[in-house]
Amino acid sequence: MSPQQGDRPAFGQKSAEIAVAAVFLLLGGIVVFDSIRLGARWDEDGPQAGYFPFYIGLLVCIASVVNLIHAWIGKKDAGRVFVGVTQLKMVLAVLVPASIYVALIVWTGIYAASVVFIAFFMRWLGKYAWWKVGAVSVGTMVVFFLIFESWFKVPLPKGPLENLLGLG
Amino acid sequence: MDEIQALAHGFVVALSLKNLALMFVGIVLGVIIGVLPGLGGANGVAILLPLTFSMAQSPGGTTSAIILLSCIYWGALFGGAITSILFNIPGEPWSVATTFDGYPLAQQGRAGSALTAAFTSSFVGALVAVIVITFLSPVVAKFALEFGPPEFFSVYLLTFCAFVGMSKEPPFKTLASMMLGFALAAVGTDPVTGTLRLTFGTEKLLNGFDFLVAVIGLFGIGEILLTLEEGLEFKGANAKINMRVVLDTWKELPRYWMTSLRASAVGVFMGIVPGGATPASFMSYGVARRFSANGEKFGTGQVEGVVAPETAAHAAGTSALLPMLTLGVPGSPTAAVLLGGLLIWGLQPGPLLFVEQKDFVWGLIASMYLGNIAGLIVVLTCVPLFAAILRIPFSVIAPVIIVICAIGSYTVHNSIFDVWMMMVFGVAGYAFKKLSYPLAPLVLAIVLGDRAEASFRQAMLVSQGDLTVFFSNGLVGTMTGLALALLFWPLVSWAFSRFRASA
Repeated sequence: MSPQQGDRPAFGQKSAEIAVAAVFLLLGGIVVFDSIRLGARWDEDGPQAGYFPFYIGLLVCIASVVNLIHAWIGKKDAGRVFVGVTQLKMVLAVLVPASIYVALIVWTGIYAASVVFIAFFMRWLGKYAWWKVGAVSVGTMVVFFLIFESWFKVPLPKGPLENLLGLG
Repeated sequence: MDEIQALAHGFVVALSLKNLALMFVGIVLGVIIGVLPGLGGANGVAILLPLTFSMAQSPGGTTSAIILLSCIYWGALFGGAITSILFNIPGEPWSVATTFDGYPLAQQGRAGSALTAAFTSSFVGALVAVIVITFLSPVVAKFALEFGPPEFFSVYLLTFCAFVGMSKEPPFKTLASMMLGFALAAVGTDPVTGTLRLTFGTEKLLNGFDFLVAVIGLFGIGEILLTLEEGLEFKGANAKINMRVVLDTWKELPRYWMTSLRASAVGVFMGIVPGGATPASFMSYGVARRFSANGEKFGTGQVEGVVAPETAAHAAGTSALLPMLTLGVPGSPTAAVLLGGLLIWGLQPGPLLFVEQKDFVWGLIASMYLGNIAGLIVVLTCVPLFAAILRIPFSVIAPVIIVICAIGSYTVHNSIFDVWMMMVFGVAGYAFKKLSYPLAPLVLAIVLGDRAEASFRQAMLVSQGDLTVFFSNGLVGTMTGLALALLFWPLVSWAFSRFRASA
């Protein structure tokens, strides 16, 4: 996973290590907090609901504090690149459309949203001719429709388009 | 020989037309899943698991369902070798060691023999592991029938401490990631008292985080993001296998019987203890290099260097099912997903399975023999086809895989919220991979969290909160002691190296 030559760093390894360890610490803290709220002690009829999670949360906190200190004072990460700018652009080029895609599913159902998503991806990143884009994106989803709705009888979310076609 | 009789009965179950068909479907799907980046054994099985919900309802359906899913697993194990040898891209983490000698062989135009060697040794490794499972698992199951809650908890403890002690990743990162898994498992309704935990008033979290969604996100989306960093191009060697190359390679292979034997032993051992296929393949490669007469030539394209890691990886991947079936403790992430499947279908993994679900257990074991034979035939004959999949440009494959992952996580509970969770887990998986937080203990903890907690609380109830119950008899004491030794092993070895450095 070494960044390509000439790629400017977007994040350093050290800041990424610290950020992730801090998120762990936060999550561990939430677990400990909620376990204490529920009661993490010994009741007359046995351990309370928060008993087990309390220690789990505590271990998350301890481990992430060690990781945090390691990342903070450690020298081996100095100057190492977590992700380069070109790489980050590539990752975001997938992550952002994919998130929009998930948001779209609520409105249009999974089939229409997937066709748009695959088509967008092929056209934008792959620069394919429109007929190829159309054939692959629509073809894939027709196959999926047959597999899920007809063969395995697993209904997937549908939207106005399927209703219009009388498939919903 | 009760085992032989039970196995014969298992073959009767597995040899039905429907199950044989599912076996081939599973293998082919599995190889495709193993070849594609972003889809691997664990999340491939996770995505297809919801499709088996209705299948498992019919009589004998659970056996068919496990045959389908386990064959996907075998297929994925085979498929990993194809990408490593032809493209120098390990499709699965356990195929990394296969690239060391496999890719140089392909560059020298000997891709055919490298592939044949890889597939054949995969098969040998799996076969050894299945034989071990056939004869060892009834013994382990019978032994484990006597287990009470303290014993089960100490088995879980041993599993998780082994991760800390034996993983290549920094111990505190392993601990953090494992405990995060337990915390995620605790979200939702408390299995004992019914209290809501860690939901903070949202209905969405009532049922907790589903491990299937976590697996699909962590391994699927995370892997896609990692692959994309490297750009959209794949360049690979040509794959041509004809009968002559296969036969020539088979003539060469018996020379490496010692390597195979060692690799199988390493693999089976690492699969049963929760080390998993990945360290097994590296370890076996290292051992083979040390003992081989051509050790110094390793890395330049030695067939033996393909045999060693592939045998071990497949042996480990297969034998990971032994503790899953007999103790309910999976040895690998994929085995963990299969275990989750058993729970969803309403089966209780563990020693009772061998008493109450004979058809299921022996049908599965028989299908492991048949599935691996089917796998060997499928991969040897269809390699060019599978390699062609990798030639499909990534800008086409990536969105399709993301769509498959989204559908997979949606079908778990029919909820869009799960698809969002998959995206969150995807980003987490990407960051964890890059910062070497191991994912396997996280997944295992999500799957086993509730069961580990239940056995812990039952044990504590029996002993009235006295922790010495985990040392109350020889068996449980040994397991707990071993677990603690493994847990503190990194500390000991660190102190030891410090001591040696200063002396």
